[in-house]
Amino acid sequence: MDARTLAPPIAAADIETVVGAPMSYWRTVAWRLRQDPTTIVAGVLLLLIALAAILAPLIAPHDPSAGSIRLRLAPLGTSSHPLGTDEQGRDMLTRLLWGGRMTLLAGLTPVLVGFLFGTVLGVLAGFVGGHTNTLIMRTMDVFYAFPAVLLAIAISGSLGPGLWNTLISLSIVFVPRVVRVAESATVQVKSLEFVAAARASGSGVWPIMRHHLLPNVLGPVLVFSSTQVSLSIILAAGLSFLGLGVTPPAAEWGLMLNTLRGSIYVNAWVPALPGVAIFLTSMAFNLLSDGLRDAMEIRM
Amino acid sequence: MWAYVGRRLLLAIPTLVGASIIVFAMVHLAPGDPMSAVMPVDASQADIEAARRAYGFDQPLPVQYFRWLVRVVQGDLGKSIATRRPVLQDVYDALKNSLVLALSASLLSFGIGIGLGLLAAFRQGRVLDKLMSAVAIVGVSVPHYWAGIILIIFFSVQLNWLPAMGASAEGGAVEYLRHMALPTIALALIPLGVLTRVVRSAALDILAQEFVLALRAKGLGRAAVFAHVVKNAAPQILTVLGLQFGFQLGGSVLVETVFSWPGTGYLMNLAIFQRDLPVLQGVILVLATFFVLLNLAVDLMQTLVDPRIARH
Repeated sequence: MDARTLAPPIAAADIETVVGAPMSYWRTVAWRLRQDPTTIVAGVLLLLIALAAILAPLIAPHDPSAGSIRLRLAPLGTSSHPLGTDEQGRDMLTRLLWGGRMTLLAGLTPVLVGFLFGTVLGVLAGFVGGHTNTLIMRTMDVFYAFPAVLLAIAISGSLGPGLWNTLISLSIVFVPRVVRVAESATVQVKSLEFVAAARASGSGVWPIMRHHLLPNVLGPVLVFSSTQVSLSIILAAGLSFLGLGVTPPAAEWGLMLNTLRGSIYVNAWVPALPGVAIFLTSMAFNLLSDGLRDAMEIRM
Repeated sequence: MWAYVGRRLLLAIPTLVGASIIVFAMVHLAPGDPMSAVMPVDASQADIEAARRAYGFDQPLPVQYFRWLVRVVQGDLGKSIATRRPVLQDVYDALKNSLVLALSASLLSFGIGIGLGLLAAFRQGRVLDKLMSAVAIVGVSVPHYWAGIILIIFFSVQLNWLPAMGASAEGGAVEYLRHMALPTIALALIPLGVLTRVVRSAALDILAQEFVLALRAKGLGRAAVFAHVVKNAAPQILTVLGLQFGFQLGGSVLVETVFSWPGTGYLMNLAIFQRDLPVLQGVILVLATFFVLLNLAVDLMQTLVDPRIARH
């Protein structure tokens, strides 16, 4: 991966005077990302959303669970409630800030779990091959018999509501997907000549894994996982929306959308706000993963 | 080729068996005693035990699974705990409604998605391409349940043009179509975004190949080149069409819930909250079977379009 280690033994200074120092792979990726305005905007937006969620206890103007019956469903632009209030008179801005914590947690964790377990299982299946491969891959195939939404709702529906059950059901959705990508990348890299060369020159299993296999497998798996974040967030909020995720009175975007749904006849636009938050976050993640894919020159 | 077809058919069987194990396990590993939903609160311990034996819940899980599987294969999905109706009947009725919705959403999204994708590919890098790509990214990023609510706010609450809920069978075809309009649009958004992206990248791949250059050099007109590109991109697009149709059928739970559309998703949601395990099990199993068979059909159709696949 590192271009400098492959370069012919010419004094580095000679080259630098002509074309400048050659960039390493990751520096090239970082440079490409910085050249792409869409990715930068998406990244900044995500940073703001994450900051807002993390700092919610400090910056939220009100108490997320304190409401006032007299102030139910206040419209946008109400003084001291710029984004209005919900059906229990709680401040929307506050609950949106707090809700981001839950939605991001419930959306990001399953992809992280999928990335970790999926990579291990996929690399294992691809590298060892044989019966191990058959066992792992056929098991994963079975999960492909269910569309993601159906699988998530079915598992959550059986386990019952709650944050933990959401995390479990969504993790089960994402592990098999990552396994497939990791396995096919491993099989592909394993058959390349430099792996055979390393093996012929006496490298053991672990050095080959660490130096040759993983650096080449992690790229595609990382990019693929990043494409799944937006789906995971939509699903996590969707489970709460169905009443299968985070339980009230906690603030969570999907749950807020659910409890406010009945109020659209009273005040049409305040109930739409949590959805705007889900949409913006999911879109920012999609744009970021598109940018990452292009910058890393990985084809999915 | 027939060997491939046979092999592919055989491969579907372990997948279906595996799916049935997952469905069975899902419901039986769930917390809570399945009997608690059936028995009255004041039932005596002896009555509960008797009922447990009658339902076969006293047997070891593998035995229960095989008994269940044998009944399922014979078309017996059991009885709903809530309505006492055969589950198969409920699922069948709901599946019809879901199929109608999935078909109309597919027609809408496939037509527009393929059109937008091709348009973007042939205008690569220009304003139109950027616009289409923006539409696509919105499509794949939008939470469709929220889009459904927005549609209701716009067309039902504000404009009062279209109904927000249910599927009316009484008002005749026009009334039925009016009820279908909003859920169809909500359901079509994601596949529309996915298709635009896939079709664009598939067409760009073909356009970058040398034979296209050769065709142009030969003096072929735009329409003829276009036809060649479409033909070559077809197998890849076909796979996505099949998968997306399956996703719309199996993934419509959220949209159906928003619009109270009486399909499989709505039924499943009801079953979850009534702890109606036979119905929940039945819906998931039928949808998974449908999805596996759909994937099978897509694979086989692909070999018809592109016989090279069978040789791998």
